[in-house]
Amino acid sequence: MAGSPSRHETGPGVTGEDIPQSSRTTGFTGWLDARLPVISAFRNEYVSFPMPRSLNALWTVGAMLTVVLVLMLLSGLALAMNYTPTAAGAFASVEAIERRLPAGWLLRSMHMTGASLFLAALYVHLFRGLYYGSYKAPREVLWLVGVALLAMVMVTAFAGYVLPWGQMSYWGADVAGKAIGAVPGVGPFMERLFLGGDQPGDTTLHHLFVLHFTLAFGVLGVVGIHVAALHVAGPGNPTGVPAKVPEQTLPFHPYFTVKDGLGLVVFAILFAGVMFFLPGLITEPENYRPANPLHTPADIEPEWYFLPFYGILQSIPSKFGGLLASVGAILVLFITPWLDTSPIRSARNRPVYRAGMVALVIAFILLGFAGKHHVEGVWLYVGQIATLYYYLHFLVLMPLVSRREKAALAHASALRTGEEA
Amino acid sequence: MKISLFRSAAALCLAAGLLSATGSSEAAAPAAAGRLDHDPVPHQHWSFDGPLGNFDLASVQRGYTVYAEICSACHGMQHVHFGDLTGMGLTAAQVQTIAASHKIPDGIGSDGKPALRAATADDAFPTPPVAQGLIPGAVIPPDQSRLAEVYPGGPDRIYALLTGYGPPPAGVTPAPGLFYNRFAQGRAIAMPPPLSDDAVDYPDGTKATTEQEARDVTTFLAWAAQPHLADRHRTGVRVMIYLVFLGVLLFVLKRRLWSNVH
Repeated sequence: MAGSPSRHETGPGVTGEDIPQSSRTTGFTGWLDARLPVISAFRNEYVSFPMPRSLNALWTVGAMLTVVLVLMLLSGLALAMNYTPTAAGAFASVEAIERRLPAGWLLRSMHMTGASLFLAALYVHLFRGLYYGSYKAPREVLWLVGVALLAMVMVTAFAGYVLPWGQMSYWGADVAGKAIGAVPGVGPFMERLFLGGDQPGDTTLHHLFVLHFTLAFGVLGVVGIHVAALHVAGPGNPTGVPAKVPEQTLPFHPYFTVKDGLGLVVFAILFAGVMFFLPGLITEPENYRPANPLHTPADIEPEWYFLPFYGILQSIPSKFGGLLASVGAILVLFITPWLDTSPIRSARNRPVYRAGMVALVIAFILLGFAGKHHVEGVWLYVGQIATLYYYLHFLVLMPLVSRREKAALAHASALRTGEEA
Repeated sequence: MKISLFRSAAALCLAAGLLSATGSSEAAAPAAAGRLDHDPVPHQHWSFDGPLGNFDLASVQRGYTVYAEICSACHGMQHVHFGDLTGMGLTAAQVQTIAASHKIPDGIGSDGKPALRAATADDAFPTPPVAQGLIPGAVIPPDQSRLAEVYPGGPDRIYALLTGYGPPPAGVTPAPGLFYNRFAQGRAIAMPPPLSDDAVDYPDGTKATTEQEARDVTTFLAWAAQPHLADRHRTGVRVMIYLVFLGVLLFVLKRRLWSNVH
């Protein structure tokens, strides 16, 4: 295998041919494969799965996310077995996990670091997709499933943060309840339904524990759909030109096994560095105080990964408007494939869109800082300008650049046919 | 995600609500927001500082003596169990002896009065009545389970508070029930000066000066807040060595495999 890049015999996604081909295998494996083609699927979808050879390091983030998801499920299961989802018992049970459960401190730091780095990797994955046009035909469904995953992961992360029932947990649930309550009409009813009373309590904790648990496995299932959709069209690539001919692809194994493996180890080093030596980066001391309904913390602030959306929420002067704008910031991602209709895929070949993407990343980061500073003083204007740009990027820049690029392409091809004639 | 100056200041006020005897803590908190109303806290060198820190267990044990004889009269530490004390280097038998010397509530006795029994290693540290809010009008002292972690300014500030008492400067009179302390929010604190020279007898013969007691009890509080800190650092070093070694191997392997691709 280490010799010349071996060419795969089958094309991508030609699953129809698997069964006759695999029936050549004899013995138990052949018998099994004729009935449940796991062995040929392993060969076709992993070992010899054609990957564009031009993929850069950003394409290893998907593997990181998969591994962290598994880590989260396993550590989460172990934590859930030792957790008490009641307002009176939650904080003490988490303290008992950290202090007395064997390796409990390790499980909990893994789960907390995992949550933070999962969201971090997810944002890198998202902006990589936006930059290289990963949402364009024929990968729209792959993209939609991915954005749905982002939304599910965000809800799961929020629900999980409430479970330890510290001060930030409690007051975070309180803010979320008030945000739901700001919806006109059904808001107050929904707020009571979510909180199970006038303020966060036992019922809230039950709701969020079940939600956290269920969504975590939901995410696992939807990741399966995400990967299945990926295997229909194959991964995109940084050039934006589909790697159709075999010379432009390499079999997944061993080339991408080792590349993803290296990416995973680099990620694991970062993970271990934060978890073992710098946990202060991802923990909030205030949340080690037990929830106290009578004492509002002076500074209620969500985890860093929600700060950009918290920034949007606060930048809009109206409560409901802010809620709409911050939820809309996710919703607009769902329609991205139909906002950007340019046939040119990668931002590498789209100078205007590329500049727009750089601005979008800057706006997203600035929104995070604005959220952190509660849009006070100059941060209000920064937050409002960044919010405005965020929406302009999707709703104006994308369609506009697409139109210009399509016109330019039509012009160029007209010139070419003219020359040929 | 460093704690911003704004947040530390805001959190200070929160603590002030707990510490000052100005009545409603909610009323006191927002009033002082945004200013640092105490002397700057000098940084101390601690054995547990930094990403590779470890606990000086002798100091943790001396600190426990101070905690047991002085702090625990008013402060609770409800999430720590007697059995956890093995983590600071005590044997199971020593822990058993310490636990047995504490009496904890045990339902109602046959005479109809609340009964007491000797604690075991599985029992939590008992919370004194004042920390349970059972003494009317008294300021409730904060629980110390995680105090070194949640207290604004951390161990440096706790050490500073414990050694920061003194006569108020001319013209300054703390409100009734408060004590002048230049490191407390508003330079006044409800906690009476807890430490003094020779307030405890150290079994290991260390001279019990106020500074020594403050240093030891702060180390103990830091240990109680993060009892697995040393474990975490030790495991981290091993995991890092393994991962870096694996990373180098994979890097070489990747280079070799991909060498004939381009």
